[in-house]
Amino acid sequence: MIRLVGLSKTFTSSQGTVEALKNINITIEDGDIFGIIGMSGAGKSTLIRCINMLERPTEGTVYIDDIDLSRLNRRELRKVRGKVAMVFQNFNLLMQKTALQNVCFPLDIANVKPEAAEAKARELLKLVGLEDKENAYPAQLSGGQQQRVAIARALATDPKVLLCDEPTSALDPNTTNSILDLIRDINEKLHITVIVITHQMSVVESICKNVAILDNGEVAEQGAVGEVFAQPKSRAARALVYPESSQESAISVEGQKLIRVVFNGAETAREPMIATMASKEGILANIAFASTRTINDRVYGSMLLGIEEKQVERAKKYLTGSRGITVQEVSEND
Amino acid sequence: MTEPTALQEAWEIVKTQFPLAIWETVYVTVLATLFAVIIGLPLGVLLVIGDKGGIKPLPGWLMKIINVIINLLRSVPFLIIIIVVFPLTRLIMGTAVGTAASIVPLTVAAFPFIARLVESSLREVDPNVIEMAQSAGADSWQIITKVMIPESVPSLVANITIALTTILGYTATSGAIGGGGLGKIAITYGYYRYKYLIMIFAVVLLIVLVQIIQTTGTHLASALDHRLKK
Ligand SMILES: Nc1ncnc2c1ncn2[C@@H]1O[C@H](COP(=O)(O)OP(=O)(O)OP(=O)(O)O)[C@@H](O)[C@H]1O
Ligand SMILES: [Mg+2]
Repeated sequence: MIRLVGLSKTFTSSQGTVEALKNINITIEDGDIFGIIGMSGAGKSTLIRCINMLERPTEGTVYIDDIDLSRLNRRELRKVRGKVAMVFQNFNLLMQKTALQNVCFPLDIANVKPEAAEAKARELLKLVGLEDKENAYPAQLSGGQQQRVAIARALATDPKVLLCDEPTSALDPNTTNSILDLIRDINEKLHITVIVITHQMSVVESICKNVAILDNGEVAEQGAVGEVFAQPKSRAARALVYPESSQESAISVEGQKLIRVVFNGAETAREPMIATMASKEGILANIAFASTRTINDRVYGSMLLGIEEKQVERAKKYLTGSRGITVQEVSEND
Repeated sequence: MTEPTALQEAWEIVKTQFPLAIWETVYVTVLATLFAVIIGLPLGVLLVIGDKGGIKPLPGWLMKIINVIINLLRSVPFLIIIIVVFPLTRLIMGTAVGTAASIVPLTVAAFPFIARLVESSLREVDPNVIEMAQSAGADSWQIITKVMIPESVPSLVANITIALTTILGYTATSGAIGGGGLGKIAITYGYYRYKYLIMIFAVVLLIVLVQIIQTTGTHLASALDHRLKK
């Protein structure tokens, strides 16, 4: 288990001070894939670098399995780092070393015998699907392949935690998916806790179980991905989850009332639902606004419907009948 | 009849004196570079790691002093260095004149230059890669020996090639005041005895040597660089 308790980081430079992190409290369970998402400059990289003490927090502590990292001396810290491996946006491979030598690097650092290190590295290259590339140099590999080498390298010291700082931001969508699949596989097969930093919703959506939304150095919201995505409470969360929702403006039509339908893991897709409501109940709904996403075949998000005043009560009853849907009336100043 | 005699005489001198002179030039250059690298490499590493954002920041005043000393040594003309280090040369070599003795002032003149070249090579290493090494638990010594230096080998080779050719040029000057080699021949025959043919021949040989070193160095540097797709 990883616990960040009251974590703050202030940078002081000649240009002034920057409060990059303010009182961060996050608990990450073993085996989780935990996403940390936020806009550029929100403090994501600073946060992940505090987790392995590449950056010393100004205040607060990091516990990994109840070991207080901020109390460790440099030597003890270097040992812990073998158990908390890191994957980077730009792969950070040694350009003058082959794929195999790159994977051997952390083992070499830990003074593992070369033969044992190579055997382990070959095994890991196989795990990431690059057994035929062990003698290739990074410049001869594609971005996706380079990230696979970097992931194999991160796994070399049998870490318990994998910290990924924007692991797919330099990759195209297809490659992104294959790298995310690999990370999910590693989490499942090797029981490694994964922390993924990203600014892409799609990354959190496709692999994370829990998520924290970082806004301007603070945790705006955290929880299970489904919940946070279904009903983002904070403005920062809304802006990230439904970039369109800032445009949500209730254009009320004469004689119609607006109701907000919130999907919280509903199994129905929104269009057929509206269509069935029309055909079965004779209720015609006017979709004023909709922003939903489908995660694991379930719908999350919200929708504004304009409905004839007389039919509102019946519509509410019909819609609440489905699982994972709640309905609210929208007042003028909502 | 004067023309063929001059040519014959020149050829005679070339045959008898040049093999030794070339050998002296080469070994003085190589040894002086070697010693300068032995001093300059750690100094260059220190300049990079001791910097504010480096992996082992040293006090600012200390870095400033080191920098000023290096700049000072770099700005003193080589001829002055030869004279100033006379006592040191005598102390180390037993004598201040002669081919072997010229290695001392050459080393003194070259190591600050090499320190700067090494510094610039090491600064080319991606700081993100150094951060990767830290995140993998590497200590400062491992970062220097397993990341910074191996990653900058092609650039170091290219820069040491530059140092070699520069030091080769210096040997011509040290030849003027007691050192041996092609520089000495060029000056004794050309300047003191007006045998321009011999001087020209010595200079051409120096040029050829510089060309050989530079071409070999450039090729080696690119052959060692795995960042290029091949
Ligand atoms: N070493 C530093 N010195 C001073 N300020 C810093 C330093 N590192 C980060 N900051 C500041 O802290 C804030 C958070 O930076 P950070 O790199 O953590 O953001 P991020 O969320 O990772 O952004 P991005 O998505 O662009 O990578 C920024 O305002 C940045 O300028
Ligand atoms: Mg970042």
